[in-house]
Amino acid sequence: METGTPRVKRGMADMQKGGVIMDVMNAEQAKIAEAAGASAVMALERVPSDIRAAGGVARMADPTVMEEVMKVVSIPVMAKSRIGHFVEAKMLEAMGVDYIDESEVLTPADEVFHIQKEEFTVPFVCGARDLGEALRRIGEGASMIRTKGEPGTGNIVEAVRHMRMMVSQIRKVQNMSKDELMTEAKNLGAPYELILQVHESGKLPVVNFAAGGVATPADAALMMHLGSDGVFVGSGIFKSDNPEKFAKAIVEATTHYTDYELLVKVSKDLGTPMKGIEISKLDKSERMQERGW
Amino acid sequence: MKIGVLALQGAVKEHLKMIENAGAEAIVIKTSDQCDEIDGIIIPGGESTTIGRLMKLYGFIEKLNEFSKQRKPIFGTCAGMILLAKEVVGKSENHLGLMDMKVARNAFGRQRESFEANLPIKGLESPLRAVFIRAPLIEEVGSGVEVLSEYNGKIVAARQGHLLAASFHPELTDDFRLHSYFINMVKQFSLVK
Repeated sequence: METGTPRVKRGMADMQKGGVIMDVMNAEQAKIAEAAGASAVMALERVPSDIRAAGGVARMADPTVMEEVMKVVSIPVMAKSRIGHFVEAKMLEAMGVDYIDESEVLTPADEVFHIQKEEFTVPFVCGARDLGEALRRIGEGASMIRTKGEPGTGNIVEAVRHMRMMVSQIRKVQNMSKDELMTEAKNLGAPYELILQVHESGKLPVVNFAAGGVATPADAALMMHLGSDGVFVGSGIFKSDNPEKFAKAIVEATTHYTDYELLVKVSKDLGTPMKGIEISKLDKSERMQERGW
Repeated sequence: MKIGVLALQGAVKEHLKMIENAGAEAIVIKTSDQCDEIDGIIIPGGESTTIGRLMKLYGFIEKLNEFSKQRKPIFGTCAGMILLAKEVVGKSENHLGLMDMKVARNAFGRQRESFEANLPIKGLESPLRAVFIRAPLIEEVGSGVEVLSEYNGKIVAARQGHLLAASFHPELTDDFRLHSYFINMVKQFSLVK
């Protein structure tokens, strides 16, 4: 019997496909998310839009939040550690959290090195803006990738940019001749072996979700069309007028993203979605996606 | 012969590939009407609460009960097994309630306890590499249910006539023998009709 193998860790992400992973801040929200059909919850002290508003250093949440959430739901519970903060990650593993997000939403603890994730039994998800970044994280042991998008903005434009970039770079690598791959690995800053895998399979070696700016059912469906395996919704649900209805609508939109009549039906009378932020109004220092490399 | 994979949430692609590798035609099932086109269906792994809620919403509960009455085979893996069970520990309601067994969810623990192991299965010549992810197990089976495999004395695969259930993920390796086993079940039951 073996635990924590790449197959077990990546397989866990495979089971999330077609699903919606929702940010929750307490047990009550976790129960609403589970009942609405979330495939997992991300337990946090504050959602990204509040972190953005509060400013200062954002760290791993108080363990009480994760423990409370784990107690009340049977779906997987994820939690965030700061980039490079392997002690926070080890604490999350010790708590029994099911998946760790080494996340740019929190203030990075290390500006040079990400966590060496391979040695953990618990799997990791990491954000990426392009293929090179995705493969670097996978090289360190990430078992799931998500777009970085621009968290807490309710603006889908960055997630779209990152997903389109990854898909187009994957297509390019797939169509290259083998003798071009080493140079491409150098240009992308990605491990050669992983570039070779992408060349042969035409896809990332792990599941790839959309995250960072998903605010409506239509946003979720758009990301599925662009090639996402599923979606993370951060501030979008519990910052909307009617979280329960909103959560259910996003779950249905993710499953039936090509059924436009259904998308119309679930989008009706949802109330006000979270207030969005235009990305160009954000100072470069306020852009979370620039964190990590 | 056409085998469907219920595609509401979870690991759908992996099952499609295994069915094709085992030599049958695989179809993505998104609406309950599509069940009329297929001879057997796989309910994949994923989150049982998510899939269960969507099945109810889109009329799959009635449709698959009818499907099963026609003795068309159904194979549930992991979450799919929970959805097939007559009784789920700690829950007052079941989902499809077709298979006479009581299942416990997340029975091996959380993700850090997830594992893979070589598993002997009745009907397969040599052990199968079985991947258990936050896996359920079968606590009890009714008299009409045949136990196909046990791990450390716990039931992890079973069959009741045209219904097949596994706690683990046979779709996460390249070994498609359990899918071939299911396809043979589908063949047998379509001949009976």
